[in-house]
Amino acid sequence: MPRSRIPVVSAGRAAAAVVTLALALAPVRGAFAQDTSAASKRPGVRIGLTYNPGARPGVAILPVAGLAGDSVRTIIERDLDYGDRVTIVGAGAAAAAVKSANPAAAPDYALLAKLGAAAVVRATLTPAGVHVALYDVGGRRVALVRDFALPAPALTADWRMTVHAISDVLEDAITGTRGVAATRMLFVRGGRVYLVDSDGANVQAVTNGGLALSPTWQPSGRSIAYSAFGPRGTEIVVRNLVTGSTRTLAATPGGLNITPVFTPDGSSLIYAHGEEAGTDLVAAPLDGGGARRITVGRGTDNVSPTVSPDGGRVAFTSGRPGHPEVYITDADGTNAELLTPYSFGDQSYRSNPDWSPDGRVVAFQAQLSGRFQVMTISLRDRSVKQLTTDGSNEDPSWAPDARHLVFSSTRGGVRQLYVMDAESGRTRQLTRGDAARLPAWSPSLSRAP
Amino acid sequence: MNVSPRRRPRPTMSRIAPLALLAATSLALTACPKKPAPVTPTPTVNQDSINAANRVRDSLAALAKTRQDSIDAANKARQDSIDAASRALSEARNAITAAIHFDFDKSDITDEAKGILDAKVPVLNANAALRIRVAGHTDNRGSDEYNLALGQRRAAAAKRYLTQRGVDASRIDVISYGEERPAAQGDDESAWSQNRRDEFEITAGGDNIVPARQ
Repeated sequence: MPRSRIPVVSAGRAAAAVVTLALALAPVRGAFAQDTSAASKRPGVRIGLTYNPGARPGVAILPVAGLAGDSVRTIIERDLDYGDRVTIVGAGAAAAAVKSANPAAAPDYALLAKLGAAAVVRATLTPAGVHVALYDVGGRRVALVRDFALPAPALTADWRMTVHAISDVLEDAITGTRGVAATRMLFVRGGRVYLVDSDGANVQAVTNGGLALSPTWQPSGRSIAYSAFGPRGTEIVVRNLVTGSTRTLAATPGGLNITPVFTPDGSSLIYAHGEEAGTDLVAAPLDGGGARRITVGRGTDNVSPTVSPDGGRVAFTSGRPGHPEVYITDADGTNAELLTPYSFGDQSYRSNPDWSPDGRVVAFQAQLSGRFQVMTISLRDRSVKQLTTDGSNEDPSWAPDARHLVFSSTRGGVRQLYVMDAESGRTRQLTRGDAARLPAWSPSLSRAP
Repeated sequence: MNVSPRRRPRPTMSRIAPLALLAATSLALTACPKKPAPVTPTPTVNQDSINAANRVRDSLAALAKTRQDSIDAANKARQDSIDAASRALSEARNAITAAIHFDFDKSDITDEAKGILDAKVPVLNANAALRIRVAGHTDNRGSDEYNLALGQRRAAAAKRYLTQRGVDASRIDVISYGEERPAAQGDDESAWSQNRRDEFEITAGGDNIVPARQ
């Protein structure tokens, strides 16, 4: 194992780390792999974290005593594993090296290093929640000590989400990049919108009946939008997840209203509106008011918009070349251009773009031998990377870490949702049971106290 | 019913002679001599009267049959007329609701679809109160989301074809179901080709539909 060290901050900042982790980590934000050149020049910052599995820092999550203690340990361990930035090492032997309940007592760092652990997480249940200590084995120090309140009772959806948020704080402290465990995905099953936690738990229906499609997150994570079949066509429905209240966007009554997305400031929706002269993208403010047309498709179909993180550009599926391709335009509708070149895949079909949260690539689906595969295209040099090969893979949606993707796949027979680490290709199945499709990965829903 | 042979239709000349003979005979028989001759009458078979009775019977049967035939014919004519009207209505309704089909990822009206749409125009013209909804559908290949727009384009294409032939646009609504409501299940061309379609639903004025004028 390389001698990975977790971020080292100055002694003065170490105290601050206990109070506000975000502040303490600000100096090492650039330390993750996409930016290793900058990180390697920075003294005192952990280096060598690449996405070669063998080079990931080893992390041991020690057993947690008490009722629900094992659930806390299991969730944190699985979250860090799903984060694909660390390697989980066996906790049993590590436990022997960290015997004292007193965080001030030094664990046997030499033994921990031999076990392959660059970091050790020790959680202790308290009356109000959980006390967490993170040991930096390479630095032979306690990197983080923090108390987290957990909602009672244990094992509820809120309780689990809070544990996920703790995992994300730990991943941030260990790797310099916040995890995405405290997130959820929207998806469609049997015409209804569902929610599922990032680890596949807590599948719950959001809408009741009818036929709802294309759910999407408001950037705050408190509201969603989707299209639903109504008496006069398809409508855009906005639903507050906290109160359960819904309302229908009135900007374009009647006709086809589908594939909504929120603008990054959360104030507007961009969606496809179709009548009898083709389907074009429009933007409409949430607080009422008319729709502003974005694309001028001249009778073609323009759907499935995705907005750049700065809100300035929109990628979308367009049928203007005679078959669906991904186009990109300024948000005011000017400077529309073809994004996906014809030179790869089948001649006929590329669609469903999703702009990565770091702004660098657009994921989309391309048809190869009659099946869809998920690909990414770089906005810098238009280089294309194919991520899937097995079954038909559609509807990619980025996690807020710009590294993981959720998509639907028929690789197991029934169409289900899968999560992939776009860097390593490691993939896990998220949903089971009846067919699932059209997923949307939430923004960070962190509620870590 | 008593019907005397004499009250049959006017005798022709050729039948006058036998009738006169018959009358004479009857007169002779009734005008018996006054001589009280206790002669026991010998029963004789009067073939003429049997024939007459038979003729009466046959005539009654023929008349009844004629009447029944006439009733049957009237009934049949009425039923045929009802059937024909019903068939015409059914044909009119079928002409309106007949689906049209499309090529993959296309919304062009094919020659076959033109014939089906052309048959709707006279029925729509003959039924001013008739309103329809065109629902566009796609097969399950392609993107779920893009297919909603493709279905919309297919429904709009049929509406445009009908309005260009004089049907008022306000009488035709369009909706798209994309690939969400397949007509046939399956992942082969047979299912796909059935699912790439426009369906036509009568939304108003369908109760008193009349056939197209010829």
